[in-house]
Amino acid sequence: MELVIALTIGVLAGSGLWLLLRPRTFQVIIGLSLMSYAVNLFIFSMGRLRMGAPPILDPSVPNPAHYADPVPQALVLTAIVISFAMTALFLVVLLAARGLSGSDHVDSTEQGP
Amino acid sequence: MSFGDHLIIAPIVIPLLAGGLMLLFDGRRWLSTAINVLATAALLAVSIALLVMINLSDPGALAKPYLLGNWPANFGIILIVDRLAALMLVLTAAIACASLLFALASSHQLGRFFHPLFQFLLMGLSGAFLTGDLFNLFVFFEVLLAASYGLALYGSGRARVSASLHYIVINLAASSLFLIGVSLIYGTAGTLSMAALAERIPLLDPSERRLFEMGAAILGIAFLVKAAGWPLCFWLPSLYAAATAPVAALFAVLTKVGAYVILRLGSITAEAAGGGSIFFAEGWLVALGVATMFFAAIGLLAVQDMRRLAGYNVLVSSGTVLAAIGLGGAGLIGAALFYLVSSTLSLAAFFLLVELVERGRTPADDVLAVTLEVYGTDEERLEERDHVGVAIPALMAVLGLAFLACALLLSGLPPLAGFIAKFAILNSLFAQRSLGGGETVPWRDWIVVVVLIVSSLATVIATMRAGTRAFWSVDRELPHVRGAELGAVGLLLFLCATITVQAGAVVTFTQATANALELRRPYTGAVRLHSEDLRAPVPGQ
Repeated sequence: MELVIALTIGVLAGSGLWLLLRPRTFQVIIGLSLMSYAVNLFIFSMGRLRMGAPPILDPSVPNPAHYADPVPQALVLTAIVISFAMTALFLVVLLAARGLSGSDHVDSTEQGP
Repeated sequence: MSFGDHLIIAPIVIPLLAGGLMLLFDGRRWLSTAINVLATAALLAVSIALLVMINLSDPGALAKPYLLGNWPANFGIILIVDRLAALMLVLTAAIACASLLFALASSHQLGRFFHPLFQFLLMGLSGAFLTGDLFNLFVFFEVLLAASYGLALYGSGRARVSASLHYIVINLAASSLFLIGVSLIYGTAGTLSMAALAERIPLLDPSERRLFEMGAAILGIAFLVKAAGWPLCFWLPSLYAAATAPVAALFAVLTKVGAYVILRLGSITAEAAGGGSIFFAEGWLVALGVATMFFAAIGLLAVQDMRRLAGYNVLVSSGTVLAAIGLGGAGLIGAALFYLVSSTLSLAAFFLLVELVERGRTPADDVLAVTLEVYGTDEERLEERDHVGVAIPALMAVLGLAFLACALLLSGLPPLAGFIAKFAILNSLFAQRSLGGGETVPWRDWIVVVVLIVSSLATVIATMRAGTRAFWSVDRELPHVRGAELGAVGLLLFLCATITVQAGAVVTFTQATANALELRRPYTGAVRLHSEDLRAPVPGQ
């Protein structure tokens, strides 16, 4: 499972980074979204990958080592909400830039052939 | 908990409530204005109260924690106020007051959401200064960034939207780095509380330690983007030039948040024995600071536009602070904190002033400036009209004097606070080396000294050139300036003058702050006092 997760994060982050460096604002926003997915998976994997560990405390099993780590889950949840809001905000700015300059280039001007 | 303890959370709660209320009263502009003024004034009052409270408290309790919901510090969310946090809070609130005063002068032009965004930015800033753990730091960073995106876009227009687009992309990418760094640190150290980190780091085994340092490095890059360290600073001049003046003045504090966090984490994670720190990163910070100053000096000499000039001055200031933090040592950091206060105040004043001066400019003036540069002075034009004995109008004289004061402050010439700050930095740099037993000053320090002086020289040249062109040109229209706007600039310059006159008291305070940072025991001790043992018996066992 480690390999699958690692490959997924790598592919997502790689494609996100490539798109982030593209000149069109739409490519940039997709790149940022892919990056945030990669980051969210990464945070999650930092709580150590475990199969079948229950997330909710059961009074009959008092040892906390038997449960999934709740902190990364809380972190991921916050990170998802924030990145979602920021993507929405960026979308508005993207449209404003497109409307004001008539170009979807990140520098708001078309240059070169 | 006494009333005074609850004051600690007030700098976050006041802007939050004020911002939320304003959204409810959407559309009633005078009400929003009134709430904003009250909330900003209250923030200033609370910040000053916190500063006084911390300063008067006994030396054993230099940091006061605030436990949200009274959970033990190792389980719940914790806020901590110490001298450094209180100092930054007062600085932010003072600049916010001046910036708001400036904005109110043309309040009829303000859009509906200026006031709420302003308050949310203040909330994010206060939260970032007060928070005691890394993840809440992330959350407050996002709050302040989201508000700053809105404020940067404020007033719309093509240049603003284009500059803000770059700013948003860079900061979203930096937020990803922030999260990666935070999760690496959590994955290795198992905690995100800054105080607990300080205790866990020495216990890490070497393989984990390597991973932890990588996480810290990635986190550091995210902060360097905020602090505008070279080569992560190219977004700054165009954004600050495009933003409206009150917003740009408030943004002068934003770069200092990055420097604040680097300083805070650096002191927390400093090795108890060696004095080195993973966040100070073995001279990397010094190199980046020097590169930033050098880049800013070149930028200062190259720019024509006064607004961009102000932006490059921000870079000089962050470069100086980063280099000083990187070199380390309590004396130098105390001096750097004084420099941080004086340079941030003068930068804010400069941004406001530039707006007033530039208001009288027509686009034709810019063309003229370029042609002047290329073809030299147009002597024919001067001969045509006889300008001998033309007096400078009173308004321009006042603006010119304020400009002179800003130029002196920014370039570090006597007699104002800028000089004292830069002198204190250089002085403590040499003093530390001679105290350390070394006969010679290492070449790295010499580079910092030289670049610091060269960047000051570049500031002098650039501001002189801009000032000459703005105030000694005879045929330009007088800008339309309102009294409150001049008052805002005057307020900031008055504060600069105050810290010049009271430099002794302020330096004593920043020196005590730096000493407390170096000790770091007050900070971690205050948290440990409120923690509960993790191995407490679990019910049912």
